[in-house]
Amino acid sequence: MKFAVLVFPGSNCDIDCYKAVEAIGEQVDYVWHTATDLSGYDAILVPGGFSYGDYLRCGAIAQFANVMNEVKKAADEGKYILGICNGFQILTEANLLPGALIRNTGLKFRCHGTPLEVVNSNTAFTNQYSQGEIIDIPIAHGEGNYFCDEETLAELKANNQIVFRYAGETNPNGSVDNIAGISNKAGNVVGMMPHPERAVSQILGSEDGLRMFTSILNAWREQHGAAINS
Amino acid sequence: MAQQLTAKEPTAEQIADQRIYTQFGVTDYEYELICGFLGRKPNYTEIGVFSVMWSEHCSYKNSKPILKKFPITGPRVLMGPGEGAGIVDIGDNQAVVFKIESHNHPSAVEPYQGAATGVGGILRDIFSMGARPVAILNSLRFGNLNNERVKYLFENVVSGIAGYGNCIGVPTVGGEVMFDESYEGNPLVNAMCVGLIDHDKIQRGVAKGVGNPVFYVGPATGRDGIHGATFASVELSEESEEKRTAVQVGDPFMEKLVMEATLELINSGIVLGIQDMGAAGLTCSSAEMASKAGNGLELYLDEVPQRETGMTPYEMMLSESQERMLFVVEPQHEAQAKEIFDRWGIICAKVGKVTDDGRLRLFHQGEEVADMPVKALVDECPVYNKPSSEPASFRESAAIDTAAFDEITDLNGALEKVLASPTVASKEWVYNQYDYMVRTATAVRPGSDAAVVLVDGTRKALAMTTDCNGRYVHLDPEMGGRIAVAEAARNIVCSGAEPLAITDNLNFGNPEKPEIFWQLEKSADGMSEACVKLDTPVIGGNVSLYNENAKGAIYPTPVIGMVGLVHDVDHIMTQGFKSEGDVIVLLGDTKAEFGGSELQYVLSGAPAGRPPVIDLDVEKQVQDAVLGAIQQGLVASAHDLSEGGIAVALAESCISGGVGAEVSLTSDLRPDHLLFSESQSRILLSAKPEQADALTALLSEQGVQFAVIGKVSGSSLTINVNGKSGIAAPVQQLEKVWKDAIPCLMK
Repeated sequence: MKFAVLVFPGSNCDIDCYKAVEAIGEQVDYVWHTATDLSGYDAILVPGGFSYGDYLRCGAIAQFANVMNEVKKAADEGKYILGICNGFQILTEANLLPGALIRNTGLKFRCHGTPLEVVNSNTAFTNQYSQGEIIDIPIAHGEGNYFCDEETLAELKANNQIVFRYAGETNPNGSVDNIAGISNKAGNVVGMMPHPERAVSQILGSEDGLRMFTSILNAWREQHGAAINS
Repeated sequence: MAQQLTAKEPTAEQIADQRIYTQFGVTDYEYELICGFLGRKPNYTEIGVFSVMWSEHCSYKNSKPILKKFPITGPRVLMGPGEGAGIVDIGDNQAVVFKIESHNHPSAVEPYQGAATGVGGILRDIFSMGARPVAILNSLRFGNLNNERVKYLFENVVSGIAGYGNCIGVPTVGGEVMFDESYEGNPLVNAMCVGLIDHDKIQRGVAKGVGNPVFYVGPATGRDGIHGATFASVELSEESEEKRTAVQVGDPFMEKLVMEATLELINSGIVLGIQDMGAAGLTCSSAEMASKAGNGLELYLDEVPQRETGMTPYEMMLSESQERMLFVVEPQHEAQAKEIFDRWGIICAKVGKVTDDGRLRLFHQGEEVADMPVKALVDECPVYNKPSSEPASFRESAAIDTAAFDEITDLNGALEKVLASPTVASKEWVYNQYDYMVRTATAVRPGSDAAVVLVDGTRKALAMTTDCNGRYVHLDPEMGGRIAVAEAARNIVCSGAEPLAITDNLNFGNPEKPEIFWQLEKSADGMSEACVKLDTPVIGGNVSLYNENAKGAIYPTPVIGMVGLVHDVDHIMTQGFKSEGDVIVLLGDTKAEFGGSELQYVLSGAPAGRPPVIDLDVEKQVQDAVLGAIQQGLVASAHDLSEGGIAVALAESCISGGVGAEVSLTSDLRPDHLLFSESQSRILLSAKPEQADALTALLSEQGVQFAVIGKVSGSSLTINVNGKSGIAAPVQQLEKVWKDAIPCLMK
């Protein structure tokens, strides 16, 4: 399986995503933001960082990058697309996911581990977790407060599009319904504020994020008739 | 039409007659010297250039005699002071590059941008050497948090550091923050950066090869930061607010682009010399690069990218606009270099060429506007041996018995008070604003003795810390200097690393005052002695003088930034107790020493008497024993005893581990003395029960004084002294006091 890690000039978690894919032993390339062809990739990771400085709304400029046309094409083709942190912001700006990310209610950047509830383990991104499992994944963001109107929220719930919630009373940013990550209706595009790629080994504090990447691999293999043991 | 935005510049004659140079901090004597070097009177641009090159910030004219004291060589040192940053070998053709730098005065005036650009500047020092920055640390000092202005400074300095570091994607992994009235109005903001490099990629800031083109990269030059270096070299005053223009504005996204493009350029192997434009901008980078190569340089100022119209040569040369670099390649590599910067969308302009006449010549609008000998700019600034005198108070304070306070009977209450003191309290409020995990190599996060960052692709890791107790240095500069180095090394050792080298940031008051210069001298003596003993040479650093406010000088604060090498990731150690039943061992001797201690501060609000005494032989012995024990796998946790003594260290190890401890101490000392003394060379270890004997045997063998004092147990911290109950408190309660202190004050 082949992963692409998009690189905007201000991406800074690109290396972390790259290392996470290496950790599960799959192929991965960095793909520059001006690229006009993503046809060689099975999954696309939109990494964290500050795509174009993000002095405007986070991701507001990135949605116009050349590569985003290809990301939209890939999404339509049913390829797996995971946006993490700034990547999530970009996917909402590009209308690949509903809602928006606004400033944390505390008005401060927050970086720490946080317990996440796996709300939907029946996705291509979470099939290696159990439903309702609490996993330890760090956050690092200033604008991670997920917001959507009530109608959209009802739709997200009805379609099982809420993938992760901040567990218990731990919501760090004031997001609607404690939402930490969502999918599109088709389930092949996921955006989340927490960083699974930072939780891929015990020495970094947690390896709970690794299973997101093996989930994607598993889903891809199932699609291609060669599921890994699970 | 271009607008003329600046008033007409004074002529060389007017500068001389009206002594305009004194406004730039140039003395009559220095002015005469400059006239001698030029063979004529300097014009406005030239006096501007000389004044920044001869400022303390760039020339170290007052501190050179001090800096000479430091040991700067060692078998691992690949590059000592003089370049952007020092470099130390870590084996396998890899090296660690690091440096600390202050941004105190800008932060006092405009805390967010002052701190942010401090981070930006130190990052450039590291990547201009060819190294990939892997971590940022800081060392901060503020006044008392009850003061509204102090809160404002603290809040904005922290968010400035966060804003810059988080955006550029280099983790801010550690540091220290202390609070004391002494720093009111003149906070200290020292930023340190650590990078990794392969030996063959090391770059130097030299303008090599006569005829080679000189390139400017980064954003266009504006009028910001003009005379920043001079601003850093005077005392802050009421007028400082008016000098806001001397504070630059940071753009971390631009720096990210410049960093990536620069590293790509360096990796391409075509760079002959490269240097960042830091203090004194284009002036300092061009003069220093020419000087190091023994060459001259011509700059064509019309080619310098400009953000504003009508900029004069003076303004262009003195601007401290951020995120700019200067580099030299051979002419045939021009296109290749430009292509790299194009890809990152950065301006790359040919602004000059290397010459052989040893002169810095500036051209503007078809005219030569300045012509100065490079050597005079860089090397000929007079060095001053300032008078030094021991203040009378120093002798008097020796008589003060620091242990002569009324016995504290409520030891629980005292522990809670010390834990809630902002200097000791949890700094979570600070470091949770920093992205300390990006690049996924942070193995030990902020909040332990030292941070540990993995060296990807190897079994190695780097431990790093910043340290200095300014109260100790204030009470006895020599002892305080020794302790600052020793404690930094102790932090490194407690993290499982071998101390490698230090970078230092000498934050002092006005050196023209003899008692301040005495502090500088004495503390440098103490630091040097400790560096020699602990085998940690000084590989670079920064001097920040004139740190004064209306009440006088700050405490002398020579901040130590130290890096250590973890030889194998299995040795990585943290301060938190690990498992129920682990045996707790205390190393070192406790005496009733309270000068400059946190308890003294909490009780009386001011330091007095002599600080704790350190014996460097004992220190070395303790550190060697602990590192050996960690490397042999005999240790479960290690924590250095510092502010608040044994009581605070035990509380922190309990809180970090989320467990309790049962401890029994025996001593001739009064219980309150025993629990809160800040005697040096003490470390708290814990070990699995089955390894405790091996650990104590090793410590005995090494001749280290130690005592088995208890075990990890339950959910409360109980400390009995001589069989009587001393402290007994649920760890959760202590944690709450410790964690809530700063957030409460900041609400």
